[in-house]
Amino acid sequence: MRTLTTPFIALSAGMLFVAPWIINGAPYESTMGLVQKVFYFHFPSAILFLAAAIVCGINSARFLFWRNQRADGWAVAAAELGFLFGALTLVTGPLWARKAWGVWWVWDTRLTMSLVLFLIFAGYMMLRKYGGPGSDRLGAGMALFGMANVPFIYVSVNVWRTLHPMTSVVPTLPTDMGIPLWFCFAAFTMLFIALLNLRASLEHQRARVEALYLAEDQA
Amino acid sequence: MIGFFRVAWQVMRKDMTIEIRSREVLLTTLLFAVSVVLIFAFALVREGRAPDDVAAGILWVAISFSGTLAMGRTFERERYNDTLRALMLAPADRPAIYMGKLLGLLLLLMLVEVIVVPLVALLFLAPIFTHPGMLLALLVAGTLGFTAVGTLFAAMLVRVRSRDTMLPILLYPITVPVMIGGVRGTAALFQATPDEPVARFWIGLLLAWDAVFVTLALWTFEPVMTE
Repeated sequence: MRTLTTPFIALSAGMLFVAPWIINGAPYESTMGLVQKVFYFHFPSAILFLAAAIVCGINSARFLFWRNQRADGWAVAAAELGFLFGALTLVTGPLWARKAWGVWWVWDTRLTMSLVLFLIFAGYMMLRKYGGPGSDRLGAGMALFGMANVPFIYVSVNVWRTLHPMTSVVPTLPTDMGIPLWFCFAAFTMLFIALLNLRASLEHQRARVEALYLAEDQA
Repeated sequence: MIGFFRVAWQVMRKDMTIEIRSREVLLTTLLFAVSVVLIFAFALVREGRAPDDVAAGILWVAISFSGTLAMGRTFERERYNDTLRALMLAPADRPAIYMGKLLGLLLLLMLVEVIVVPLVALLFLAPIFTHPGMLLALLVAGTLGFTAVGTLFAAMLVRVRSRDTMLPILLYPITVPVMIGGVRGTAALFQATPDEPVARFWIGLLLAWDAVFVTLALWTFEPVMTE
């Protein structure tokens, strides 16, 4: 995985650089016009936001129940990326919604779920930063609870009528809109994997330095 | 299984004995809940008339705010005397200790609700006696879900420096489903023409979530509380 980091960063940087031209070349959506183009960044960020939640939840469980120390590094990395991509999703979403629905925000299922998930990530990061000793275990408990909770938030808000387009919209997009979308998705995914690798290895090194310090103290 | 409930009962009885002697958590929580309701009354009541359809929301806000306070205080007491360590060293199942703490807090919050619900009814004209059984079911189910998560988090945070600010930050996003269920269900009962099917639907959903939350908390309590 580590060896992929540099080519992935280079490739995704190149792809994100040319992305504006490709997006510009895509046809205009008939009712929403120019604003619809924010979708090419909104969709990948939203998917990776959820991916980060899954990675964080699984690794927290591995850390908590199987005592896998390295899993904690992955969980931290995923949580920080989740915060980043969540912020991107929550900024690009309202920009589009203002034009498409006429309002910045609605309390629709997906929007509410994203917001709550974003708050859970923020809480997790605060706990890790200000929690002091032992906060890794607490963070893992929090993350596990948070991720397991997401489906319930989804169901509970779903009782209200939903405005957000269904997932089935994406596979039915016309090709000339689909190509820029999957192009951006690939670029974002590579960026995500590269950053996840970098952050996790940084966290592993930090844990190792800490262990060495402790060993030195005891010697 | 019998051992599990005996330990839970003992832990709860211990907490209740302390509470009956000092009444500290009950009285502070109660006063706090009453203050929250009064602040809402000052903020929302115009010319002697409360706006329609706010009673359910205010009731649940008061319960969740004061609940956070009670959870923090219960575990602060354990930390202050370093008795949580003793509790953890006891030759008993950790999940049973969690269950005892949960039942104690639940009982405490139900006592607070005995005062707060009529107060909200009085100030915001909520008809609490049209369907008392369903209202009780909603209150118990909602409070249980909220307390199940809160007890786990408060216990986790005992050793953390900034626990008083951390508890609400972590607890509120996670208990969103319970809050939605509680508020929607109660609002359906408080309408001019109560909507029983909607309230019954939310009671069912809340009970399902209670089961999930309690199971998940019992499951995570052990590894999280291991030093």
